[in-house]
Amino acid sequence: MNEFQPKIVAFCCYFCAYSAADLAGSMRLQYPPTVRMIEQPCSGRIDIQLILQAFEDGADGVYVAGCLEGDCHFLKGNFRAKLRVGQAKKVLDDVGIGGERVEMYNLSGSMGPRFAEVAHEMHERIKNLGPSPLNKTAASAPLPAAAGSE
Amino acid sequence: MIVAEQKSFDEISKMVESFDKVLILGCNECVTVCLAGGEKEVGVLATSLRLLRKQGDRPITTLEETVTRQCEWEYLDQIEKLAEEADCIISMACGVGVQYVAERFPDKWVIPALDTKCAGGSVKHGQWEERCGMCGECILHKTGGICPVARCSKRILNGPCGGSQNGKCEVKDVDCIWDQIYKRMMALGRMDQLLEIEPEKNWSKARDGGPRKLVREDVMIG
Repeated sequence: MNEFQPKIVAFCCYFCAYSAADLAGSMRLQYPPTVRMIEQPCSGRIDIQLILQAFEDGADGVYVAGCLEGDCHFLKGNFRAKLRVGQAKKVLDDVGIGGERVEMYNLSGSMGPRFAEVAHEMHERIKNLGPSPLNKTAASAPLPAAAGSE
Repeated sequence: MIVAEQKSFDEISKMVESFDKVLILGCNECVTVCLAGGEKEVGVLATSLRLLRKQGDRPITTLEETVTRQCEWEYLDQIEKLAEEADCIISMACGVGVQYVAERFPDKWVIPALDTKCAGGSVKHGQWEERCGMCGECILHKTGGICPVARCSKRILNGPCGGSQNGKCEVKDVDCIWDQIYKRMMALGRMDQLLEIEPEKNWSKARDGGPRKLVREDVMIG
């Protein structure tokens, strides 16, 4: 039986979460390979359409990682991102995918361990929720014989 | 500008449940400015509908377009081919745009995605307020540029009423606009103007007189 491995998209701010991921790597910290990172110039670049598009293209979960509140390189980008993630939660609830599949995190560039922790946290959350309703059909379909994993 | 607000997604999705290919039509004027029916909102609504319908056994195809203005024939002429392709058109314009689309494409079912609210403006990001009551006969020169027709809950022309308390309206949680008018007239040194009693307004020039129509022969062509 193949265990469900979620696809998670992480929109990471260049000034914090992306650097934190670098640090996590330098520190040899393990975090789930289910997280796919997308670098952004600021978490304020996030837009509800980007989040929805990620789900449409097969993501089971999405999170946005921006700087600590008050520390945004562009002053207010992370506050704006927070509002947009809130809006995305509402739309995802409306369309039946579930707002709990998207989350906003704040961390600084020096928080490598926290980056790994967030990745684990989101991985666990999405794993418990199961595949996105859009991926359920695909997940229940039998996998090709060669595609074996633990 | 005309201020509008998107209907609930649930309401919109129910209105399109019997259609498989829809044209979602935005408008680049007022509803773009009030963040209700511009290019971006068209994209979000289209994606939301696709996400919803993909979960069932009846996926939906969305065509997306945003025209300069939905309330002018020439811009609707540009989307004739797109409209032909679609089973129905979801108009993300104000009520005017929706009706123009319905009239321009008589064989298409047209669905309004917005609730048109008022003629107003943005007072800050994310907040819009009514400013004009479209009464057909402007009296702003008598009230210091503040409109009691649109902004007084009772449309009183000789205000304030007895319900004005500490600068607030008794009907709803808004400023008493007559309080504002008095303060402004005082600041401008024109309090004497407020002593003049404003006679009853000719409401037949407003919507109460039936649908309004303007004709200007001097600008007609052809």
